[in-house]
Amino acid sequence: MTSAVASHAHPPTSTGLDHRKIAIWAFIGSECMLFASLISTYLIYKGRSVVGPFPHTACNPPLCAVPLKPILNIPVTSFSTFVLLMSSLAMVLALAAVENRGKPGYEGILGSSKLWLLVTIILGTTFLGCQAYEFTSFVHEGLTIRTNLFGSSFFTLTGFHGAHVTAGVLWLITLLAIDMKRGLEPKDALLVDISALYWHFVDVVWIAIFTLVYLIK
Amino acid sequence: MSDQFMHTSAETDVHAMGEMHEHPTWKEYKWVALILTIITAAEVWVYYTSLQNSPIFVPLLLFMSVVKFAIVVLFYMHLKYDHKLFKALFTGPLIIAMCTLIALLFLFGKFSGR
Repeated sequence: MTSAVASHAHPPTSTGLDHRKIAIWAFIGSECMLFASLISTYLIYKGRSVVGPFPHTACNPPLCAVPLKPILNIPVTSFSTFVLLMSSLAMVLALAAVENRGKPGYEGILGSSKLWLLVTIILGTTFLGCQAYEFTSFVHEGLTIRTNLFGSSFFTLTGFHGAHVTAGVLWLITLLAIDMKRGLEPKDALLVDISALYWHFVDVVWIAIFTLVYLIK
Repeated sequence: MSDQFMHTSAETDVHAMGEMHEHPTWKEYKWVALILTIITAAEVWVYYTSLQNSPIFVPLLLFMSVVKFAIVVLFYMHLKYDHKLFKALFTGPLIIAMCTLIALLFLFGKFSGR
């Protein structure tokens, strides 16, 4: 038989599916359970802090040395939520650009995977900047991971999520570096697809955190 | 960018990626982003209105959150178009996680008013 097999073809598997994609979905499944445990811990401890600051209510003496406003900053968090949602849009456009490279309609700048990967990285970094601002302002207002049950569970949950976003940004930077060096071709679509799945998962986790932690009182 | 259907390139290893159908179009992605933005704006609006003292406040926010979650998973993560094994690998642990979360909340009395 003539060897017309593409060099990028994956070896045959019992499922007919690439093991890497099965692995990322299994990983995402396990991550669901990790974040469910962290969210459960936050919800169980919610409203059980005996000293302030508190997330949605003001704290007055004697619970706090000085009167404190509710500590959560909804406008900033709403903005960072919007940023993360838009980063997911940029990520699907990056994947579409890689899958359709060289096809009509994808020659221009809007069909460039480099552009959309860069936009995703910038938006992800903006989200992390908002989180860094939030954490810093909380510490200045007297809330640390050791202050009360709210601080412990809040910083653990959002810190874990922030660490995942950081890992995602680093992953996307490596993809962008590959794209700049040799260009991502349609045969590389699976690599981008796997990183996109991870990125969207980080997004859906934040959708849950935004509602359960920030909006529900 | 073209609004034509984004047929996966012949060079893309679609079988290995487990995709059963073509991905959404650029136009559909824009609509999805717009819907997600509107729902997020609605969530924040509800937070600042008198609805926050209403008994429907929490169910309404949870419903909007679930809709956003489902939209991202189905369209951006392409689970709507993916192989059933991937659907099982995601929804199975997700159901276990949700059941565990609800069980823990019952166990620690979050629904009993304690």
